[in-house]
Amino acid sequence: MEVESVIGVDGLEAKSEVTAEAQSKASLEVSKDGYEPIHSKSPVFFDLYQRKSELKHQTHYCPGCGHGVVHKLIAEALQELGLQDSTIFVSPVGCSVFAYYYFDVGNVQVAHGRAPASATAIKRSCPEKIVISYQGDGDLAAIGTAEIVHAANRGEKITVFFVNNGIYGMTGGQMAPTTLVGQKSTTSPWGRRPANEGFPLHMAELLATLEAPAYIERVALSDNKNIMKARRVIRKALEIQRDDAGFSFVEILSPCPTIWGKNPVEARRWVLEKMTPTFPLNVFRDRRPEVPTGDEPLQRTVGDVLEITPKTHLHNVSTTKRAYHFKNVTIKVAGFGGQGVLLLGQLLIEMGMREGLEVSWLPSYGPEMRSGSAHCHVCLSRERIGSPLVSRPDVLVAMNEFSLRKFASEVATGGLILYNGASVPADFSAPGAQVVGIPAAEIADKLGSTKAANIVMMGALLEETECLAPGTALSVLEDKVKKPDLLEIDRRALFAGRLFIDDNAHIGAVSQSDGFA
Amino acid sequence: MRQLCKGNVAVVKGAILAGCRAYYGYPITPASEIAESAALYFPQVGGTFLQAESEVAAINMVYGAAAAGTRVMTGSSGPGLSLMQEGMSYLAGAELPCVIVDVMRGGPGLGNIAPEQSDYFAMVKGGGHGNYRNIVLAPASVQEMAELTMLAFELADKYRNPAVVLADGFIGQMVEPLDLEYREIHPPEKSWAVKGTPETRANLVSSICLETDELEEHQRRMEAKYIRAQEAEPLCELCYTEDAEILLVGYGIVSRVLLSTVDALRKEGVKAGLFRPITLWPYPSKTLAKAARKVEKVIVVELSNGQMVEDVHLALNGKVPVEFYGRVGGNVPSVAELQQLVLTRMSAMV
Repeated sequence: MEVESVIGVDGLEAKSEVTAEAQSKASLEVSKDGYEPIHSKSPVFFDLYQRKSELKHQTHYCPGCGHGVVHKLIAEALQELGLQDSTIFVSPVGCSVFAYYYFDVGNVQVAHGRAPASATAIKRSCPEKIVISYQGDGDLAAIGTAEIVHAANRGEKITVFFVNNGIYGMTGGQMAPTTLVGQKSTTSPWGRRPANEGFPLHMAELLATLEAPAYIERVALSDNKNIMKARRVIRKALEIQRDDAGFSFVEILSPCPTIWGKNPVEARRWVLEKMTPTFPLNVFRDRRPEVPTGDEPLQRTVGDVLEITPKTHLHNVSTTKRAYHFKNVTIKVAGFGGQGVLLLGQLLIEMGMREGLEVSWLPSYGPEMRSGSAHCHVCLSRERIGSPLVSRPDVLVAMNEFSLRKFASEVATGGLILYNGASVPADFSAPGAQVVGIPAAEIADKLGSTKAANIVMMGALLEETECLAPGTALSVLEDKVKKPDLLEIDRRALFAGRLFIDDNAHIGAVSQSDGFA
Repeated sequence: MRQLCKGNVAVVKGAILAGCRAYYGYPITPASEIAESAALYFPQVGGTFLQAESEVAAINMVYGAAAAGTRVMTGSSGPGLSLMQEGMSYLAGAELPCVIVDVMRGGPGLGNIAPEQSDYFAMVKGGGHGNYRNIVLAPASVQEMAELTMLAFELADKYRNPAVVLADGFIGQMVEPLDLEYREIHPPEKSWAVKGTPETRANLVSSICLETDELEEHQRRMEAKYIRAQEAEPLCELCYTEDAEILLVGYGIVSRVLLSTVDALRKEGVKAGLFRPITLWPYPSKTLAKAARKVEKVIVVELSNGQMVEDVHLALNGKVPVEFYGRVGGNVPSVAELQQLVLTRMSAMV
């Protein structure tokens, strides 16, 4: 069959009744007799197709099918370029699903339409190797449209051979995205009607709209001249990959005599007469693309990147021993997004961890983070923490009135509510909890940044509960806040929060009695 | 030395420590930090990060990298995992090792982004076509997000099979101390891989077995390795089970709430215990059966309408009464709620 494939139209007519098997055997017999066949089989093909279960001398392709020709041209190109040992061939789903029966190279068979995706990752795993994605029209232009477009758009340094015969061959003749207008198939029995099925997809032209591809050309297996053209184009596409020059794509208009209901000669003529008007033969792209690499990331050691080397842990470990009797504490911090609610929680667990406690932090996440309310759950414990969810907080830090009203009822009996406001709303009550209003936003404003209100609240929290040492808070802030001016504001905010509690111890009591009213 | 880390980020740290240098994925809440930290870390350690055009492409990229012998992973959440199911079937069929992380969210459909455990069937029983299993590990802490990801790579290579790390939105989003140690990792040599070398030229990665006998033989071989995994790999944690009269069963975030519940119940004199499966496949059925031998009742709690409970039934085979309690939609039961549940169900026993 490979022999047949380069025989011209005239010659083929005479031989079309000779079965492929007979041809193959004849060719082998000649070889045994010591003759060098004119059309020898490329060593990139297996001698015998052992992966087939039967008829190991011949391919599974029908007589006159274009796949055999394309296979031969690829095999010869790989042979000529000396790439057999460094090639990985990706077989798709469709008639060429069994390409691995024939090519004596590394083979990977993949899911329908996904060959460009799998080839992408193979190439990135083996950047020095030649990766071929061989696909038919159903595979590439229907189910796998996204994968081919994006692989091409990324300029993956792979070579795609797109065999377009305008039909689903393997499954018995259903319509393909490249089926011609008016062409009959089992799923377009009245002929393809653009009003119902759309127009044929021009993949080469479509991909040529992209920046990254280096080479895109369409060829046809319609006659000897065009086949020899295809031979050069296939080789060139592989050379581009060999030279690491970018994405190369060859669309090959190919006969499918069996499904088209034509003999091989008619089928070849049909490629030329019917297909090429819709799919013109052309070079659509041939240049080395300019692909900016951008800033390449610096290479660092795994330890450095993952922050698990001692070096990255030279932060200020607090030397302050916990001066207070520590009791396991659960905290809920709530407020508007942007008030530093989640950050306050994270600072608390950082402090807790540095003091040797078990800690957990759980945020409200998702769309809420971008607008509206945000809250987080914080647990500080001497023992292993069970539930990280705080449903009965010992302390509620409410950064706004909405949060105060929403979460106050959750606070444990004897618990504490710290509210970001000079005074607690008159109609608010939280039986069983101590409520302290802190004008954190105003305090922070005066210090130079309203954003430091969360740190004022942290100062108040530490002073009121004595759960963590202020010294630890300072060292955490020193590590986390990189800008010196902001750090200074945060230090003063922390201090101001503590001071407010010390100076206004009575406010809490007043609020509390209001609460019980 | 301990560092604070988000669960989703810990997955990536664990993966890099396990020698994984390839990540192909697509963003989705609540799993996006996996892709984001992979994008940040992998290129700095000589690895590959690529944001695919879809989860379908991502899982097929995983297939390609795995076929080339690379330790490779992806991460997503329910809707993305649905798209990956075909690819996972191919990976299992072609016996390609890889790690897939599912940070579960509420479903079905677009559902919401709050935590659920409703992908249990899809991951543990297999949502793709054909006879295959995923190895499934269920972390319950940030530390385990890293450690079980590392284990997942080992098991994936050992059995040449996809391994899934099945977490939920809360485990993915929470921050806890993480203690990691750098060790030189040497992933096993994969002589079967296709690498574009003379030595691997004869190799073929494929899930096709065209002949009926050939496909049956292939599946029998897969079955044999699954049986080996069932013997060797089940993992679980037992808390207060020695004298337990009532055994609570849950995994992931639920097991954390259950641990607090057991503590609370013990303070009230109720002899409760906790059984936490760490491997969901292979399920630690033997240990569960042993732990449940003397209890009066088993209560399974899930963030689902009842999925893992079926494996508990299978493990206990009717010998102990099994009851189920589930919350869905992103709601997670509180300790008080579960405490009350246990007290009510126990009083019903008397």
